[in-house]
Amino acid sequence: MDIVKVEGKRKNHRVLMYALSTCAWCKMTKQFLKDNNVEFEYVDVDLCSREDHEKIRKDITKRGGDINYPTIVVDDKILITGFRKDKITEALQL
Amino acid sequence: MISIEKVRQRAEADAGTYGYFLHPDPKFLQDLLEGLKLNEERYGYPSCPCRTASGVFEYDRDIFCPCDYRDPDVAEFGCCYCALYVRKDLYEGKTPILPIPERRPKWKQERAYSAMYAPPAPSPAEVSVSREVTSQAAKEAPVSKKLWYCGQCGYVVFREDPPYVCPICKAKREMFKEIDIRIYVRNKEN
Repeated sequence: MDIVKVEGKRKNHRVLMYALSTCAWCKMTKQFLKDNNVEFEYVDVDLCSREDHEKIRKDITKRGGDINYPTIVVDDKILITGFRKDKITEALQL
Repeated sequence: MISIEKVRQRAEADAGTYGYFLHPDPKFLQDLLEGLKLNEERYGYPSCPCRTASGVFEYDRDIFCPCDYRDPDVAEFGCCYCALYVRKDLYEGKTPILPIPERRPKWKQERAYSAMYAPPAPSPAEVSVSREVTSQAAKEAPVSKKLWYCGQCGYVVFREDPPYVCPICKAKREMFKEIDIRIYVRNKEN
């Protein structure tokens, strides 16, 4: 799976984002995290192989989320669906 | 290959027809238009840039932009799922543009996903090629279509389920009824 790491000064949480390369909300979320200097990893799901795509889908479902993008997983436990600035801010204490 | 300008013109024309506006932020709008262009190149149709397409024509039909869900979403939330189309008050900044919930039924999403996973998983390098093959084969995907008519204006449409909003008179989905066609064959008596 092609996971891209974006360096940032805020490293107190592990942030993984499932995104689509074509989605404007996903781009906005990536930019929001960058602007806040958050270190994060992301996967553009539409560029993945079918196998990886299915793994990601199962991972989101397992965590109780719907298959919508962006989906952000914070510290392997908090799941945020969509560009919810309030929830991201709260989870990452921005 | 379709140009980005053509994608923009098509969206502008459609927004004009329905009294909508395109997203006011030029950067956000550009991202969406580029996403649509890329999807059209990938699949042969402009599927929603903010949803995953299966590459199976009939299973993605409801998310071709403008998607089936745009009209009820703009009416209820002020914008469509990807926020390409927005209502006037959102365009003018009087109401904030926020992400909205997914209206696409789960069973349609599941059906598309299952079609995607049916063939053996290729390596990433093969993805674009095998998607083309799938879309060719799947043009015959079994979708049961029916004739529906709008009880308000009489508009008739042949598709899997009735539209959320009548494109002619704006009547709601509940106004649509299925057309029941029966053909009787009379035997000649001789």
